Amino acid sequence: MAEKPKINLNRVSMPQQDPNVRAKNYDEVALGYSEGMAFEEANRCIQCPKRPCVDGCPVNVDIPDFINAIRDNNMPEAVRLLKSKNSLPGICGRVCPQETQCEEVCSLGKKGSPIAIGRLERYVADWELNHSTSKSPSPTTILPSSTGKKVAVIGSGPAGLTCAADLAKMGHEVTIFEALHVAGGVLMYGIPEFRLPKNIVQGEVDYVRSLGVDISLNSVMGKLTTVDELLESGYDAVFLGTGAGLPMFLDIPGENLNGIYSANEFLTRVNLMKAYLFPQYDTPIKIGKRVAVIGGGNVAMDSARCALRLGADKVYIVYRRSRVEMPARHEELENAEEEGIIFKLLTNPKRFIGNDQGWVTAMECHEMELGEPDASGRCRPIVKGGSEFTIDVDVAIVALGTTPNPLIPSTTKGLETTKRGTVVADEQTGKTVKDKVWSGGDAVTGAATVISAMGAGKRAAASIDASLK
Amino acid sequence: MYRVVAKEKLCPAIDFMKIEAPTIARKAKPGQFVVIRIDEVGERIPLTLADWDEKEGTISLVAMQVGTTTYKLACLNAGDHILDLVGPLGLPSHIEKFGTVVCIGGGVGVAPIFPIARALRQAGNKVISIIGARSKDLLFWEDRLRSVSDELIVTTDDGSYARKGVVTEPLKEVLTKGEQVSRVIAIGPAIMMKFCSLTTKPFGVTTIVSLNSIMVDGTGMCGCCRVSVGGMTKFVCVDGPELDGHEVDWELLFNRQRIYCDEEKQSMELWKSCHCQRS
Repeated sequence: MAEKPKINLNRVSMPQQDPNVRAKNYDEVALGYSEGMAFEEANRCIQCPKRPCVDGCPVNVDIPDFINAIRDNNMPEAVRLLKSKNSLPGICGRVCPQETQCEEVCSLGKKGSPIAIGRLERYVADWELNHSTSKSPSPTTILPSSTGKKVAVIGSGPAGLTCAADLAKMGHEVTIFEALHVAGGVLMYGIPEFRLPKNIVQGEVDYVRSLGVDISLNSVMGKLTTVDELLESGYDAVFLGTGAGLPMFLDIPGENLNGIYSANEFLTRVNLMKAYLFPQYDTPIKIGKRVAVIGGGNVAMDSARCALRLGADKVYIVYRRSRVEMPARHEELENAEEEGIIFKLLTNPKRFIGNDQGWVTAMECHEMELGEPDASGRCRPIVKGGSEFTIDVDVAIVALGTTPNPLIPSTTKGLETTKRGTVVADEQTGKTVKDKVWSGGDAVTGAATVISAMGAGKRAAASIDASLK
Repeated sequence: MYRVVAKEKLCPAIDFMKIEAPTIARKAKPGQFVVIRIDEVGERIPLTLADWDEKEGTISLVAMQVGTTTYKLACLNAGDHILDLVGPLGLPSHIEKFGTVVCIGGGVGVAPIFPIARALRQAGNKVISIIGARSKDLLFWEDRLRSVSDELIVTTDDGSYARKGVVTEPLKEVLTKGEQVSRVIAIGPAIMMKFCSLTTKPFGVTTIVSLNSIMVDGTGMCGCCRVSVGGMTKFVCVDGPELDGHEVDWELLFNRQRIYCDEEKQSMELWKSCHCQRS
């Protein structure tokens, strides 16, 4: 009997652009596995019978099976297995917090580092994108015959795209209504090119289109057509995947000075409107020399790293708690730090100071200390008396989070919302209290992750399908 | 893609465009705006509706050439296309029978005040309209405004046509003549709207202004258009565009309108150097 090969407890590391180089360009930071790297990493999977990773995945991808297909060098099969559960693998492979989901529960994690599931997922998705036009066609999904049922999906972000793709695969006729001029929602306007290339997003949007989903751009629902009008005009069901698009501000003096952006505005200008290519693209952006980003989440990291790439000399992350409480992914914190972002922790802005032209010049801050844990379970930040100091800034970006847009709830009869503006929907099915209307993603939960929105879209699709039978 | 079905040069630098947009035309209401993006590299800018025709399936816009996007727009002719057109956005004008109302249009603001004046007249109001321009060659739609007004006053800053002066002078006269004015609606350059608001303040007449702040998405997502109204931050795109002129922090609006002055110049210069002018 051959000796059982020893498992390498370390994962194959991901090649990245050098921090000094990447801080000056918008190319993707993580470069992706080569064929050899993917094979080596796939080989680490012990194919344990319990398969905890499948349950750890919000859309229940058959992870051990697609990893096995990589190992067998059967890439079309790997693509088929992955895409049968996840219509957006190139996106998920890049932006999912795998460390708190599938990888967190990986059996290998008990002894060493878990399988790099996200990196393998990305490898499979990129393989398909690179091979879909070559001689060997990528495995296409075989669509069932039409059910004759029509479903309207409002919003083309992760929840909407997933819901639409699943419904199309079930044979329903689906139309997505998107307010912006491109499909993808936060994947297009929010997440920067260097973390999620826009051709990857559009490739996966094209896949959803290839399933027969019609995407109607420039369609602000609630204004152009209401949900009730959609139902009256012959749609059998409506899914609201409208996300959490309204920016929160600090509500402190001076916040409307020139040079102060919401992260939404800053990122939309840079990512969606390509202001980093101004003046070749018409949309401008103020390039700060000293930029402060207020907040500690992924959006704050994205904003800071964009500001750096635009040409800022100094970029600060200003966060009122300490590093351990930061909600950003560990990997993003590390990336930001490597690129030279300066962390000002236990610091909270008190007011913005401007010049007589109305431009921000400085930010007065308090030092903070941590008290007892609050409702969120994180230590409550408390102002240290007499600790005021100022930071000179010429651009400030407020990245405190977002809340759902009230446009649909305010124009739809019988839809229930919470005090936070989120749509009330069943956690398992996404069904709202209104007949024939489902909702999921950030519109229901408030700002969360891409994959949790996709999971909600998927569950809603199943529930809609069941109701249409 | 949205087809331009008609174009008319109203003044040397002001163009009227009729664009095919049946779904928007079906829902449009006075006071609402659209966001346009001309081409793949284009910026998104808001333009308040000048008119619409549900039967024809068209909307009408009037734009003055002030920046790259409006210059690009002016280059389009009937048969050409605009890449993106979104709307109708913003809250519609409050239309009801108030009594006597004064509708003021300054410069290119004459266009969006037209459908508002028309709706107010249809609602049974006595409509006194005041329209003004810097000079005769910048004045348009006098006949249209006359057709929806009980009384029309025309001013030019330089006196080259009609009454010499600015719109606030006849406004003050109307208010002092003793006629009970219930409401004033002013659309035009921010400075004009500010002075209209200052003129009506002592008379305590509700004054609605349609703010023209910089926007990106136009649906409440970015907060670029934020203004201060009565000490509260409002988004012009979703809380407006029509807001209470007596409560607006005008200096803040002026500052925020100037955020991209330098970049706008740079963009214009590049565009002009790359494109030969067509009309």
